[in-house]
Amino acid sequence: MKILRQARNWIDERFGWSKLTEPLRHKTVPIHKLSYWYFLGGITLFLFGIQVCTGILLLMYYRPSANEAFESVQYIMTRVQFGWLVRSIHSWAANLMIFTAFLHMFSVLFLRAYRKPRELTWVSGMILLFLVLGFGFSGYLLPWNTLAFFATKVGTEITGQVPVVGHMMMVLLRGGEEVTGATLSRFFGIHVAVLPGLTAFLILIHLALVQRFGMSLPPSVEAASKVNPGVVREMKFLPNFLLREIMAWYIALGVLGGLAALLPWELGTKADPFGAAPAGIRPEWYFMFMFQTLKLIPSKILHIDGELLGIGAFGLAGAIWVLLPFLEGQREKRGGRLIRGAGVFALCYIVAMTIYGYLAK
Amino acid sequence: MTLAVCALACASRAQTANTCLDCHSALDPPLQVTEAQFSQDIHEQKGLTCASCHGGDPTKADMDAMSKAAGFRGKIERSQIPALCGRCHSDGNFMRQYNPGLRTDQFSQYQTSVHGKLFAKGDTKVAVCIDCHGVHDLRPASDSRSKVYPLNIAQTCARCHADAAYMKSYGIPTDQFAKYGTSVHHEAMTVRGDLSAPTCTTCHGNHGAAPPGVDSVKNVCSNCHVFQAQMYEKSSHKAAFQSAGLPGCVVCHSNHAITHPTDAKLGTGPEGVCMQCHSPGDYCDQARKSLLASLTQLDQSIKTADRVIGVAESSGMEVSEARLQQDQARDSLTKARVTIHSFQPKLIDEDIEAGLKISAKDLQAGKDALSERDYRRKGLGIAVLFILVTLVGLFLYIRQNERKPAGG
Amino acid sequence: MANEDSQQVRPARRRLVEVLLGGGVLASVVSFFYPVLKYLVPPAVPDLGQDEVVAAGVGDLKPNGSKVFRFGSRPALLLLTAEGEYHAVSAVCTHLGCTVQYRSDMHVIWCACHNGTYGLDGRNISGPPPRPLENFQVNIRGKEIVVSRKRGA
Repeated sequence: MKILRQARNWIDERFGWSKLTEPLRHKTVPIHKLSYWYFLGGITLFLFGIQVCTGILLLMYYRPSANEAFESVQYIMTRVQFGWLVRSIHSWAANLMIFTAFLHMFSVLFLRAYRKPRELTWVSGMILLFLVLGFGFSGYLLPWNTLAFFATKVGTEITGQVPVVGHMMMVLLRGGEEVTGATLSRFFGIHVAVLPGLTAFLILIHLALVQRFGMSLPPSVEAASKVNPGVVREMKFLPNFLLREIMAWYIALGVLGGLAALLPWELGTKADPFGAAPAGIRPEWYFMFMFQTLKLIPSKILHIDGELLGIGAFGLAGAIWVLLPFLEGQREKRGGRLIRGAGVFALCYIVAMTIYGYLAK
Repeated sequence: MTLAVCALACASRAQTANTCLDCHSALDPPLQVTEAQFSQDIHEQKGLTCASCHGGDPTKADMDAMSKAAGFRGKIERSQIPALCGRCHSDGNFMRQYNPGLRTDQFSQYQTSVHGKLFAKGDTKVAVCIDCHGVHDLRPASDSRSKVYPLNIAQTCARCHADAAYMKSYGIPTDQFAKYGTSVHHEAMTVRGDLSAPTCTTCHGNHGAAPPGVDSVKNVCSNCHVFQAQMYEKSSHKAAFQSAGLPGCVVCHSNHAITHPTDAKLGTGPEGVCMQCHSPGDYCDQARKSLLASLTQLDQSIKTADRVIGVAESSGMEVSEARLQQDQARDSLTKARVTIHSFQPKLIDEDIEAGLKISAKDLQAGKDALSERDYRRKGLGIAVLFILVTLVGLFLYIRQNERKPAGG
Repeated sequence: MANEDSQQVRPARRRLVEVLLGGGVLASVVSFFYPVLKYLVPPAVPDLGQDEVVAAGVGDLKPNGSKVFRFGSRPALLLLTAEGEYHAVSAVCTHLGCTVQYRSDMHVIWCACHNGTYGLDGRNISGPPPRPLENFQVNIRGKEIVVSRKRGA
């Protein structure tokens, strides 16, 4: 331990390390019956870290061309030592990260942590959620298997339906009119360079804001603590809360390893752009609710194209969601109830539509 | 009315003067020949006119065209058709002007055929040129709409040969087309679109159509099924069948209803062929039994290896090499089934042994994949154990540190 | 429990916790880094085998001899003519997919299933095959015979 102290002193004399970490040492986390929800953000961050590490490892062997992509993933899974582990962890962690990101968003919503002064934390978080979904969409195509190819085809087709800019957006995404090797190149660049850069930047902002404002107290707990101060106690972040976070991360690691070994991620068959789409094509679960909605909308509603209406509705919902903190307005109680209602509706809708999407043929 | 239409048609006539169509396109069948029809005809495309076969003067309008003086023959009698077609098509010098690669022996071939022989005796019910090739919209055989395009030939033959009433006086069966419809060759054509698959003319000939002689059936089949024929040639059955006047391959495989052969052919069920001649308990019956057993053994061995490999694959293991080798094993099984035609158990056993070796190796590969999977799970178990130990350690550490009184 | 007792229990307990924690962390970190390090070591076959494969070594084939090898996920045929020329073609017959073979007696590539024949360059000569066999590029790299997919126009 002495050498660690010496090293820290050396850095401190030159960079003022202690001054930087001072606020962190004073940081506390309120502990109450709803505190477990505080872990979700950290777990999402941890999973992102796992993705960066496994992603870099995959980059050592992956080849982003339509000719070799599938074979390179096959190579990773069969010839590279522990390649199966790295790849399966990457695929599973991706899904888990999207899940925890959604859970984190909903928990922040229901615990009303988006209120003043944390509006921008919410906005940056929502942008991060969209970036994470972008990661999922772009990464899914990279193995260049049949399911991914056609899911991308359908997904980008839907983008093309947006009025005015839709077609241009689709062409920019696809790198052409159709999904080809050019699309793969583009998605690869987006997945390993563009999105990681943007995400890293936004994570820094998001974390800085969280640092700045501290952890918020849910209104119910706040009210209860006014009556009985013992309901909330402050726990030091370093080392106490951090140790608990590390426990949560270790559990996540164990879960990931288990999933990778017991439920390895499938590779499927190589994409044939000229082949027929297999029956029952559908997107990954995190897009299922939107996909199912679009399937259910009738083709025309009052002379407007149904699909267009659906896309418009989701666009509008997304925009509203980002601006949620600003919509609460002055009448906190009524606004709050509205938002909670919207949150419940959204959550139920997403879950129901996702389940429906899987049950429907 | 007819004249008015003719007059209108006159306004838009083609280069080669062919006034016949002016009227005949507006007539009712059987006199009707339309422009649309005749423009599809290969003869028209080469510059021939109605008069080339029917005589007359195609440059004259109206009934003047059908002048006997100009050689008009009217409707050609069936008994005259082969000679009429042969007038050009058997003339090498003439045909060279149009298509030097075309054969010019169709008529002489026809004369050797069953159709031709009966025709020579005066039977006009038999097929003549236009029955198969069509008339007035005659297309080359390479045209997919032609009646003699490979995929269409069987249907063309069946027009007569599947018509029981029409064929009554000839005393031959009329179930060939129906039987052919159940065959693998028909399936190859219709399902896989394999134009090289045999159809009626492949085995019977086209212009010289006749059933292959009993002794020459094997020659017909051996054009494609070389190995089977070579083995059969050296086998005991060749001599036996020949001396009994039996038609070689057809004895076990039938001539038209050539269905996909299965191992059941070696069995004792309705599909079994051996026991049709051999007696139960004799040497051949024994050989048959052991042969069937070995084939079944190899088949099962391949299926078992497939199953294990499948389990390994669905557990996420990579088994593409083993799968490729399984193809080799299946090739061995196919080869063994081909070697049956030698009727020499020793040779067949060689192929079966080779196949068994490969499938045994693949089974092992599948098992290895499964044990690799179990090794991974054990590795995972160990890693999870370490994680659990760490978690317990963390938990105790936290508890220990926070048990200190506040401020200590 | 008296304070003195708890004071006495603590050092032993503390060491146990330290051992558990330290050992657990070390063991789990090793179990994470071990696969990562092994992962980074290139496997025995460094290339995908999709576009380029070492089919044989120089001298493996006798003149007028052949070898079936794996190219991608399909069999391929390497043959050496009596004049010393190498040819490599796909070994999947274009008729019904049987594996073709080199007939050293007839100097052609032949399919046993339905008597299809191909020339040494894969061109379908006779029998049912509707298309030629895919042709591959053969290069000699040192002692290795490397077969790769044809590039360019």
